[in-house]
Amino acid sequence: MAETSIDLRDLASGLVAQSLQAGASDAEVTIREGDEFSTSVRLGEVETLKQSGSRGVGLRVLLRADNGYRVASTSSSDLAPDGIERLIRGAIALAHIASVDPFAGLAEPGEFGQISGDLRLCHDDVYSLPTEERIAWARRAEAAAMAADPRLVNSDGAGFDAATGRRIFANSRGFLGEYRSSYCSIAASPIARDVSGEMQRDYWWSQARAFRDLESPESVGQEAARRTLRLLGARRVATQQAPIVFAPEVARGIVGAIFDAAAGDAIYRGASIFAGKLGETVAAPSVTVIDDGTIPGGFGTSPFDAEGLPSRRTVIVEHGVLRSYILNTYAARKLGMKSTANAGRGLAGNPFLDSGNLFLEAGAPSAEEILHGVDRGLYVTRLMGQGVNLVTGDYSRGAAGLWIENGEFAFPVQEITIAGNLKDMLRNISAIGSDLKFRSATAAPTLRIDGMTVAGE
Amino acid sequence: MDHKRYFFEKFGITERLLERCLGEALSAGGDYSDLYFESVASTSLGLDESIVKSASQGVSAGCGIRVVSGERTGYAYTDDLSADRLLRAARTAALIASGPAQQPVHAFTETSSPSLYPAPAADLDTDLSARLDLITRADHAARRYDQRVTQVRSSYADELRRILIAASDGTFASDAQPLARMSVFVVAKDGDRIARGSSGGGGRVEIGYFTGAKGPEFFAAEAARTAILQLAAVPAPAGEMEVVLGPGWPGVLLHEAVGHGLEADFNRKKTSAFAGLIGRQVASSKVTVVDNGRMALRRGSLNVDDEGSSTQETILIEGGILKGYLSDKLSARLMGIPSTGNGRRESYQQIPMPRMTNTYMLPGEDSPEDILRSVKRGLYAVNFGGGSVDITSGKFVFSASEAYLIEDGKVTAPVRDATLIGNGPEALKHVSMVGNDLALDEGIGTCGKEGQSVPVAVGMPTVKLDRMTVGGTR
Repeated sequence: MAETSIDLRDLASGLVAQSLQAGASDAEVTIREGDEFSTSVRLGEVETLKQSGSRGVGLRVLLRADNGYRVASTSSSDLAPDGIERLIRGAIALAHIASVDPFAGLAEPGEFGQISGDLRLCHDDVYSLPTEERIAWARRAEAAAMAADPRLVNSDGAGFDAATGRRIFANSRGFLGEYRSSYCSIAASPIARDVSGEMQRDYWWSQARAFRDLESPESVGQEAARRTLRLLGARRVATQQAPIVFAPEVARGIVGAIFDAAAGDAIYRGASIFAGKLGETVAAPSVTVIDDGTIPGGFGTSPFDAEGLPSRRTVIVEHGVLRSYILNTYAARKLGMKSTANAGRGLAGNPFLDSGNLFLEAGAPSAEEILHGVDRGLYVTRLMGQGVNLVTGDYSRGAAGLWIENGEFAFPVQEITIAGNLKDMLRNISAIGSDLKFRSATAAPTLRIDGMTVAGE
Repeated sequence: MDHKRYFFEKFGITERLLERCLGEALSAGGDYSDLYFESVASTSLGLDESIVKSASQGVSAGCGIRVVSGERTGYAYTDDLSADRLLRAARTAALIASGPAQQPVHAFTETSSPSLYPAPAADLDTDLSARLDLITRADHAARRYDQRVTQVRSSYADELRRILIAASDGTFASDAQPLARMSVFVVAKDGDRIARGSSGGGGRVEIGYFTGAKGPEFFAAEAARTAILQLAAVPAPAGEMEVVLGPGWPGVLLHEAVGHGLEADFNRKKTSAFAGLIGRQVASSKVTVVDNGRMALRRGSLNVDDEGSSTQETILIEGGILKGYLSDKLSARLMGIPSTGNGRRESYQQIPMPRMTNTYMLPGEDSPEDILRSVKRGLYAVNFGGGSVDITSGKFVFSASEAYLIEDGKVTAPVRDATLIGNGPEALKHVSMVGNDLALDEGIGTCGKEGQSVPVAVGMPTVKLDRMTVGGTR
């Protein structure tokens, strides 16, 4: 855990008080402290070993005006008294040049708070392994991958990472909260080569908040090998319309796009396909999308959001109907609504919108049943490029995966694109798998979407 | 320029302390050690709905200490620059090796370096009003452009990064690197049609740059023009066709298709689709591609790289033949190739690796008009959102944000956003015409690799590819 020579909670509340003395009408302070360890091995040899800690402080000040606030922020890695002094002076000077914004301001008094009880976010066991053992874990993952098949001839390496962090937030309305979190992960990325010399690389990983919850290096390595091998010999297919089955790891991107389209800042700007659509059907009736920042132990869980509001569960889409936007205090005021406690923030800058544990609810069929139902189509395991325009909904991305014929995998494909419009894609979700699993903060089951265009030869 | 004094005076660093840290870093038997001190001051202002909604400034300082032992790298960093903490970080990094000290710390020799960008005249927190003026003018200009413009966001961000590098091989270098960028984002609406447009530019420049031809009015008009144009866009075509790429930012094609694949680390590990292809034909004979870190004011330029090496112009592909890789110190030593001064890192918290700087294709002899006229049915793509590449399979994508159909040699309807996909070692073999109109992008590029972002530039003349796959819907 990070070593602390000054009490960071005192520093946070002291900084709020000093800012008010210096002329701020309101102030918010964020302090982050963290340690990280990472090691990578390649072909059995240690490649990198990295170990360090850092911390930083961010201050956001608000100056009251007749009809709103002027707002500015500063950040620093210097927590010594004169560094803090400069932080305050700088923020207030900067706020004087900002415009008066009638919608700016902290949340209402009754809104602040935090979830009580143990959210199981921090486990000291992530650092329980001695360095040699961590290296051994990475080696085991890589070795398991390479041993799976003689065509696995090279490696982009395997790694073991661990980190702990502490976040403190204080504001001038009396909120003071902090939480610690931990994380560890193991990953492997083998490279396969076939007789033609063609190479493919894929990877697999496991991450957990507690070391004891991490999957074994062998299982990670074997899964990485399976994923890499199945792409060997990939070819292109003809340009056509075809049903597309998104594997969970790429279906996550669709869920992320739903979140972004529901984000309040895009809504009040009119820059989203979901603007003005609250209460309307935006997806197939089987689709329910939830953001829940309260799940104990979750990768996206926190006791409070970046504005000091207790984290909560928000149903974004329920049975295909858009039920809620995603809001922080500012976006909520702009829209005449209440915050959904989705504020995130960096050390400097205004709060933005951030997800908690974001997921699309599982359906009944297994992934195999969904695949068996496709006569001729594409199973996508990898996507490339950004490719989603949330203003228009236009969606176009590079893809690789497996071609499906008569419900079975026929051959691997690559160097193709898939395209459609997100508005249509959400309505054309025709199957939702039962295989929902949180491997990171955003999760989705296998999804089948009809009516998209595959572009290739 | 002598920027080392900044660290000596502000943080109490001395040459003696640098030598002690390097010695401590080699105390367990490492072959090489280096120290990377970094101090960054940044400012960012944002105008949204015609008011200044965001204003922020940040400072950070720290030191990263690296120890190399064979192919192994140990790394530790600290944001506390006291002698105790620096020595402790050095001992942590040293643990990558095990044994008695073997290498001495050589006497420092300063890397000679050019002055490709303005040295800081004063601290950055002067003249906020000039920055405000820029984003306010951009807002006005975008709204004036067309009544269908409904939303405008404009922002200005700049930073000054000071670095000091000292290495056990005697390398000693310092630099002060300015970086500024202005951006404009526009939403336009016409009935129930809605579209976006964005533009921006900058480089290793100071604010005075934006009072020239590439000022707020230029970027605002570009963003607004793109958004208005997109209101009338038709669905993009799908499938393989002739593609003409316009000059400038479409050079992101080179960055993705060949640039990353030629970074030496991937080739040392033989994980790149380009591994072992030196001396082989990887592009049409009309194609020559260089990476040049030594261009005045460009976003990817560096007086010295982040390992203290001199930067240079490196020929990657000449007349279609693969000539060389982009290297950092580690890959140059392990591969026995020259260092090209391409060792870069995002910050003191990161290990350096081979990265691009300003990457572009040299001009050919065709006129852009002739190139377009030669196309029967195809796509003319003049602006892109960004791209990415799988360096092992060689497959790369880049996403067109402004493109048109070409029908019988004429540029016709604008098309909606579409991703283009190709295979790096093959794509440039289909280049059949190269224009005489080389341009670099406006200075907005940021490249990501293994979680590290660094500023880069790309460039290209108008280029015709006889075939490429366009990811539209019809």
